[in-house]
Amino acid sequence: MNKERTFRAILILVGMILSLLLLAIFLSLLWGSFPSIKALGWKFFYSEEWNPITNKFGALPFLIGTLVTSFLALAISFPFSLAVSIYLGEYMRAGKISTLLKVTIDLISAVPSVIYGFWGLIILVPLVRNIEMKLNIPPYGVGIFTATLILSVMVIPYSATIVREVIELVPDDLKEAAYSLGATKYEVIKDVVLPYAKSGIFAGLLLSLGRALGETMAVTMVIGNNNKLPKSLFAPANTMASLIANEFTEAVGNVYLSSLIEMGLLLFIVTAIINIIGKYIINRTTVQMRE
Amino acid sequence: MENAVLRTERLNAYYGESRVVKSVSISVPENKVTAIMGPSGCGKSTFIRCLNRMHELVSGAKIEGKVLLRDKDIYQMESTLVRRKVGMVFQRPNPFPTMSIYENVLAGYKLNGIRLKRSEADAIVENSLRKAAMWDEVKDYLHRRGTFLSGGQQQRLCIARSLAVKPEVVLLDEPTSALDPKATSKIEDLMEELKESVTIILVTHNVGQASRVSDYTAFLYLGELIEFGPTERVFTVPKSKKTEEYLIGKFG
Repeated sequence: MNKERTFRAILILVGMILSLLLLAIFLSLLWGSFPSIKALGWKFFYSEEWNPITNKFGALPFLIGTLVTSFLALAISFPFSLAVSIYLGEYMRAGKISTLLKVTIDLISAVPSVIYGFWGLIILVPLVRNIEMKLNIPPYGVGIFTATLILSVMVIPYSATIVREVIELVPDDLKEAAYSLGATKYEVIKDVVLPYAKSGIFAGLLLSLGRALGETMAVTMVIGNNNKLPKSLFAPANTMASLIANEFTEAVGNVYLSSLIEMGLLLFIVTAIINIIGKYIINRTTVQMRE
Repeated sequence: MENAVLRTERLNAYYGESRVVKSVSISVPENKVTAIMGPSGCGKSTFIRCLNRMHELVSGAKIEGKVLLRDKDIYQMESTLVRRKVGMVFQRPNPFPTMSIYENVLAGYKLNGIRLKRSEADAIVENSLRKAAMWDEVKDYLHRRGTFLSGGQQQRLCIARSLAVKPEVVLLDEPTSALDPKATSKIEDLMEELKESVTIILVTHNVGQASRVSDYTAFLYLGELIEFGPTERVFTVPKSKKTEEYLIGKFG
């Protein structure tokens, strides 16, 4: 009996430590942000000038960089993850091809992001540079466009897995009802399966977005690390995450360091909210669908 | 026998290697209710699923023999066309939860990509719901989702949905097995009215239901057609010993 209780106590303790750790990270970010919040106020969010020498710290270029790369990546990846999900969830639930595809998707998320960055530098950057030369724009090769392409590959697994699961949960008797009215497979998917799985698909998108917003290494390697407000899709830029990674070690001065921490806090809050909403929707829909 | 609208000729149905319907030949008369009865697992559901080509949706399923709708082999026709001509209502009510009552009735059109004029659509919805004896109950809620309806109402909505595409035959696969007695008797009354405009094939394991609503009764046992004839005759003077035993409740 005593053993039982000790075991339970250990489990509870470990759980508590994890929760406290998360809280501690949040609090230390908040604490570290105070000097910047005090010095810059709201200006931090809308000023576009980032100049450590004159002590000007505006987060706007990085906010924009983060949002543009993330949403574009989401838009590019969505057709792929939806197609894969429909294939795996509706057409080919078992068999060699579907196992291969599932393993592939898992592996896409397992590849370390530095390898994506590496691959981006070696393969994508020259490719994009060629395109830019043909388009007659400065051929940096690195920039928002390149980062977006890398990101869109990296986020596919996050929505594909969820969306597949939700599609698999659509009750058979609804599909049968549709078939019995003379629907083809495509019509069943379009008018019955997808509307039914709608909120799950949305949740999958959110999880992908959360991943894209926070991705650091691969993006840092190919985005060009330019602290100006990006003027075009091909312009070198920076995201919040890549800026922090790049400048943290050399941030001297109270406000400089603190404004980087504030950026981290912002990223933390946004990704946390997006993940919580995503998970909440998934829980609600899967519970509903299983009933 | 009157005009046969649907006929099977030595119909066999398989799941993989196992034969669940064995050489069934039957003629279903027009504008009548034909009951297919038998103990559970006798192949009656599989049998009617062959009549609108739903059987083939299961992987490994196949059939042999012929199913003729007005003398045309349905296995030579487009399967989607067959399913519009031979509608189906399932054991558990399954209205589409993402659609309103109105959209549910018209689902057959939407799913087939057929666009209707507003007035046409309205007429089909009203007509189908009237036929399913639920127009008065739902006419004020047409644009609400059907999920708040009772089980019996949901099932009648499914009947309206299958009637909306104007089928020649409607297959009812134990349509009342998930319903309470009151809702059951409402649907049984409904069949009586429906047969004026459509031919009904009713699968049931409920002997009482077969005797109450059907004009013809087929008795299926272990995949074989044991007996088929006018309900009154089958129930009063069954030709087969097996039928008699089933009717008096010796097994089933």
